[in-house]
Formats: sequence, structure tokens, C-alpha cells
Amino acid sequence: MSVEQLYQEIILDHYRVKRNAGLREPYDVEVHHVNPSCGDELTLRVTVADGAVTDVSYEAVGCSISQASTSVMTELVIGGSPAHALELYDGFQKMIQGQGKVSLDEAVFEDAVAFEGVAQFPARVKCAMLGWSAVRDALLRVQASAKEES
Amino acid sequence: MSEPYDVEAVRRDFPILERRLGAYPLTYLDSANTSQKPRRVVDAIADHYLAHNANVARAMHVLGAEATAAFEGARVAIADFIGAPRWEEVVFTKNASEALNLAAHTLSAALGPGDEIVVSVMEHHSNIVPWQLACERTGATLRWFDITEEGRLDLEAAARDGLINERTKVVSITWVSNVLGTVNPVAQVAAMAHAVGAVMVVDGSQGVPQLPTSVAALGCDMLAFTGHKICGPTGIGVLWGSYQLLDSLPPFLGGGEMIEVVKMTGSTFAPPPYRFEAGTQPIAQAVGLHEAIRYVSALGMDQIAAHEQDLTAYALAEMQKVQGLRILGPTEAVDRGGAISFTLDGVHPHDVMQLLDSRGVAIRGGHHCARPLHDRLGVQSSCRASVYLYTTHAEIDRLVEALDYTGAFFGGRLATTGGVR
Repeated sequence: MSVEQLYQEIILDHYRVKRNAGLREPYDVEVHHVNPSCGDELTLRVTVADGAVTDVSYEAVGCSISQASTSVMTELVIGGSPAHALELYDGFQKMIQGQGKVSLDEAVFEDAVAFEGVAQFPARVKCAMLGWSAVRDALLRVQASAKEES
Repeated sequence: MSEPYDVEAVRRDFPILERRLGAYPLTYLDSANTSQKPRRVVDAIADHYLAHNANVARAMHVLGAEATAAFEGARVAIADFIGAPRWEEVVFTKNASEALNLAAHTLSAALGPGDEIVVSVMEHHSNIVPWQLACERTGATLRWFDITEEGRLDLEAAARDGLINERTKVVSITWVSNVLGTVNPVAQVAAMAHAVGAVMVVDGSQGVPQLPTSVAALGCDMLAFTGHKICGPTGIGVLWGSYQLLDSLPPFLGGGEMIEVVKMTGSTFAPPPYRFEAGTQPIAQAVGLHEAIRYVSALGMDQIAAHEQDLTAYALAEMQKVQGLRILGPTEAVDRGGAISFTLDGVHPHDVMQLLDSRGVAIRGGHHCARPLHDRLGVQSSCRASVYLYTTHAEIDRLVEALDYTGAFFGGRLATTGGVR
């Protein structure tokens, strides 16, 4: 696995032009996640309405892998159900921690398949997971508060 | 005049430096993080375990006597190495962080609201957080030195703001910055501290491995450092303190060997250094550190410092030729250690590190455990290359080549927005 294979064009493209970037109103839950060893930081907001994730907005500082992964994640998650988003999280996490032995279904994961190379670089796994961990946390909080209200 | 410094001969003592990573030789530029170990240090640890292993002080048999002699021999050698007047002033800890926690915990026992502790914004987290915790426990206030634009302690602003005053009880400052490389005027700050009756603590984690050390010249009351940055093993650090000060302080951790008499109604405590050494100590590590100190002493700390100074000057000059590279901290090798932190325009430190690693060049990327300093400098994080006694000019050249490659790799790909996919 070469470093050129790690930095796939799709990853660099998302790093260049981050999709769904910026913090938007209104939102249901805001979370702040950090990667203390390298200083990557992410503020992320989710909005859920009528059983669908209607928006994921974010502001982040970090490396190309963490920024691009967050960008790709928003494209996959927005428009689907929270349950689908959590399934995507599980699938992506299995792949990224699979040391290159687990691959993703491109029909489901689209641009996220470009991160399969990251699984070969254990030091970067946390970078690729930052956005996914944040959106999972946010969605679980939305679910928890919905339960409290009902 | 002594022999010229033979870095190639030095390198032969470090088997790890022969490693190749794919097509590239290892270029280890992360010594401020941890140094590599010469074979004789590893051999000394192995010999201790294989031929002399026993617990110290409490074992009365032959092996126990040998292990005790080795452990206490290391203490005496360390005292000599840092110019300490008495061997009882050398307290073993597990690392520099524990040494600073020991200092913060015991020194703050007598503090309360209204008292002030002074650190600096360029400190490693391990010289910030223990003092923050001490302030939380006691109600004392934490204050800090700012830095100048060049990355040196801002003594003028400190004087203007009355930073060190009659309320100051402890001043704790790093000797050499692990990020900026700045060598701080520790003796001058110590004089300021002593003028108001405060205790002066110095974090020597980066200084002791790089520079000849004399606690008298530093003018401090306590000096913390770690073994693994000075060619020794991990798992051992040192807190030196003047005997008078140590003798006045309460224990840190309670347990075996730190006591005098234990009764269920209360205990009395051993004199320094044993009062601060609860439980079985890092014995083999002390043996390894002793050997490391023999090793660097045989090379000569002044020679090591001169070698680093030469390399740092060369690296600063060469690195500044890299397009888009900004050095954090002093850009000239004056009062400057061998850690050089930098940013590369438009490329995140993690990505720089990854590209360099793909060419066998090992550096560090991130906060380097100094987030407040990065906030102060207005950068999210940075890269750091650090040299040591085995580093060569050719390795600096390989770093610069790899940085040029990194700039081109990301520059080419990131500059072209909307390019052809």
C-alpha cells in the first residue's frame, strides 16, 4: 500500500471542496468531537424531521482524511433515515478497523469506498472516523431526547 | 582540544538506525519525542535481569545487595551528571510527568487562596496540568508568562504586569521548549522567583538530554527530566530537589519503603529521597539510565550540544528554502535546541507526516502536548523534526527532499479546483 493509494483523488476532491460544510440553523443536536493526539476538531449539527436526516452541517479543522471523510459522510447520511445512518456507521467502522480485509459495497457507500486504503494505516483510522463518530453520537442523542419526550 | 565528533561511529552504536523502510533508509527525526537506544544500554538492562535481578533495599541476600548497589549507584551517577551536591537529592519517578506531579503535589500542600503559581504558555501539558490540578485543590491561582513574536519568554510583559510578585509561591518553567526549541533564561527567572521567596521548578525534559547540566548554574530548586530522551529506557524519570526543600515536603505516594515507622494510628516517613519513592522502583531502568549517562558522558555533553547546534543551524537554513514552510519559534540557532516545529502551507501536519513517513522520514505531527502554545501561535497544529546526537546532515537533506515532495504532491492536487477527475 503506497501513500499515493491512500490519498485517492476522491479524498483529495472532498478535501478541496467540502460538501455540506458550514454550520446551519435550525438543528436538533450539536456535538463537538476532538482527536486529542493530533488536534482535529469537529462541531457537527444534525436535523431530523419526519423520520429522515434532513441536514448535517459542520465546521471542522483537521487533516485531509478527517475532513474528506466527514464530507463524504454527510452526502451518504442526509436524506436517509437515522437508522440507515447508524447502519452506515457500523459498516464503515468495520471496514476501517478491518486492516484491509473488509471492503465496502460501492452501491451503498459510494465515495466512502475511497477510504478502504486508510484501513492499512492504523494511525489514520481515528481521522477517518471523526465525522462518523460525531454523527452517530448526535443521532443517538436525538433518539434519546425523542424517547424522553414521548 | 578533544577528538572531532564522529557521528558515523556514534551511529554504529544504534542498531535501529540501520533499518530500512521499504526503499528508504530510516531517517529518525523524532528524538524530542523519544531517543533511540545504544546497544550497551539494552545490554546493561539484559545483564541486570539475567545476572543480578533482585528487589532493592529489602532483600538481604547477595543478589539483593548487587541490585541495591546498582540502583543506588545509578542515583549517585545521576547526581554527578547534573551537578547535584548530594545523592539524596535525586528522586526516581516513572517519567518527567510524574516528577512534575510530585513537585506540584508536594509544593502545593502549603498553598491556599491568594497564592500564585507561575508557568509559561510554551509549557508541555505535563508542566501545566499538574499545576492546574494543584490550583483546583488549594484555591491558588495559575498565571503564566506569554511569549514574544520570536517565540521567547516575554520578560518585559511579565515585569510590566507584575507576573512574579509577593503572592508567587512557585515558578515552573521549561528549560528548552519541546515545540519552539527556545532555550529559556532559567537562571534569570530563578533569580526573579527567589527575590520574592518562591520555589523555582525547571522542566528539563528537553534540556538535560541536549545540554551540559548544572543545577547550580540553572539556579533552580527542583529539576525534572526523563530517562528515555537521553538514550535510556522508558519507565524512569528523575526529580532533583535541593535537600533542604525535599526534607521540608510531605510524601507524595504512600506505600512500601517510603516510611520510617508504620502504626495503625499513623506513620512517620523516611528522609529524602526514599520518602518520595513508594513501592518497588524501576530498578532495571535505573541500571539502563546509568549506562546511558555513561554513554553520553563518554561522548561529552558539550560535544553533543555542539553537534546539535551545528545540525539545528543547518536544518533551519535548509528548511526555510522549502516553499510555503513556516518555522515556529526562533529561526536562528541562537539559544535554541534541536526541536524545529513548522507548518507547510495548505497541507495539514498529519498529511505532511504521512508523506514523510512514506519516504522513511519519522517526524511528529500534532500539538506535541502543547495545545495552549499552538493556540497562542494561531496554528491548529504543527509538524516537528528533532535531531539528536546520532543525526547527520544527510538526514536533514532527506527531510528537505521529502518536504519538497510533499509540497509538490499536495500543491499539484489541491491547487487545481475543478480539475479533471
